[in-house]
Amino acid sequence: MDSLVAQYSRPAFSNEGYQEQEQQELADVAPPLSLKFALPPVAQQAAWLRAMTDDHSNPEVPIKIAHGTTTLAFRFQGGIIVATDSRATAGNWIASQTVKKVIEINSCLLGTMAGGAADCQYWLAYLGMQCRLHELRHKKRISVAAASKILANLVYSYKGMGLSMGTMCAGVTPQEGPALYYIDSDGTRLSGNLFCVGSGQTFAYGVLDAEYSYDLSEEDALELGRRSILAATHRDAFSGGYINLYHVKEDGWVKHGFNDTNPIFWKTKLEKGEFSNVTADLE
Amino acid sequence: MSSPFSINGGACVAMVGKDCVAIACDLRLGLQALTVSNNFPKIFNYGDVYLGLTGLATDVSTVAETMRYKVNMYRLREERQISPQTMANLVSSSLYERRFGPWFVSPVIAGINHTTGKPFICGFDSIGCIDFAKDFIVSGTASDQLFGTCEGLWEPDLGPEDLFETVSQALLNAVDRDALSGWGAHVYIIEKDKVTKRLLKGRQD
Repeated sequence: MDSLVAQYSRPAFSNEGYQEQEQQELADVAPPLSLKFALPPVAQQAAWLRAMTDDHSNPEVPIKIAHGTTTLAFRFQGGIIVATDSRATAGNWIASQTVKKVIEINSCLLGTMAGGAADCQYWLAYLGMQCRLHELRHKKRISVAAASKILANLVYSYKGMGLSMGTMCAGVTPQEGPALYYIDSDGTRLSGNLFCVGSGQTFAYGVLDAEYSYDLSEEDALELGRRSILAATHRDAFSGGYINLYHVKEDGWVKHGFNDTNPIFWKTKLEKGEFSNVTADLE
Repeated sequence: MSSPFSINGGACVAMVGKDCVAIACDLRLGLQALTVSNNFPKIFNYGDVYLGLTGLATDVSTVAETMRYKVNMYRLREERQISPQTMANLVSSSLYERRFGPWFVSPVIAGINHTTGKPFICGFDSIGCIDFAKDFIVSGTASDQLFGTCEGLWEPDLGPEDLFETVSQALLNAVDRDALSGWGAHVYIIEKDKVTKRLLKGRQD
């Protein structure tokens, strides 16, 4: 029964315990950032930036931003699993195979990185700073709902200027329990049990949806996270490298390794007989 | 819409050794980011000659079949196998026939001429300009990376075993830096009286 209640109940916004004044302070935390960044000296700044950086509508853009990712996070009875690949690509060029796409905001909060690598790195580091300031101001740790909202409001203030990020915030707090939010640069902010983000998201969803259950054991949940990322790295050209695995528990997150996909893939294929599409013998 | 040369992805490399040549290709066939197949070899055999084709997959298949037809006709008329040099000229003129609507392929040829006994490799652009090279030829979406690995690893007069190691390392390390190629590889080591074909288990991501 407890697990059912936990499964279907969302973090209660009304019970976050913030007074109106605190809410106001939360909103005031962000300095007038629109003045912090140099903007291009042209008339239509937002449109110009979008035209220069959005390689989805035009692959030949002059400013190429590192892209391509598979990240996932899901809630289950034992907390939250967060898993990512580690590849960064600029066009077809693999710029790195060892990117850390899970950002440790604090000992109880994790963020994931998809989209523009610099955008995600910068703004999640900024979010970490804001969360620490909140802690010092209020003498209690920030809720995941509030942290995700700082990020959502922030990216919304830059809407249309070419920011590119799809991120998930996962954490456990006393008032909310395990909470998971999806935030993207369009300004979307959703809470939910299960999200996959990035160019490999469809492949990860395929495996995750097939095997997911809220009552998964910790071991099975970790394996499912790993297996979903593995499927995505195999089919998606822009995902690959290493599998980064985290488990968020009551008393903070635990890291479950940063492991090369190659041995994991061949082990999965040869020992479990999966990936039968891959040829291991000549003819 | 991206370039027809980089929709499906793929890479190919040929190298000269001492009395031997090597040609190798990856096995991926994709549709932009989606990997559709991991068993799409890009090297085709025509008697003594091996032809590697990268680029648009539909044109890879069509050109490979067209060349099979042409080489068969040549062998029937001449009553002998085609030499690598003659094959190079045949490929070149066939590509130039499509000067104003080219096949989107970058061919590579490798073989040993059985009259002279000398190794031969060459590459082409999509409309038939032949690139004769004494060392190596690269093609495909990982060609920039292949130039780097080949410049770094290749040396003159490698024996068949060392040539196999060199061409394999050159290809595998190049495709591991290219999102659109990899997923395994085929390597042919061609000697005067022996051809060895090997499968490389590359990274599957």
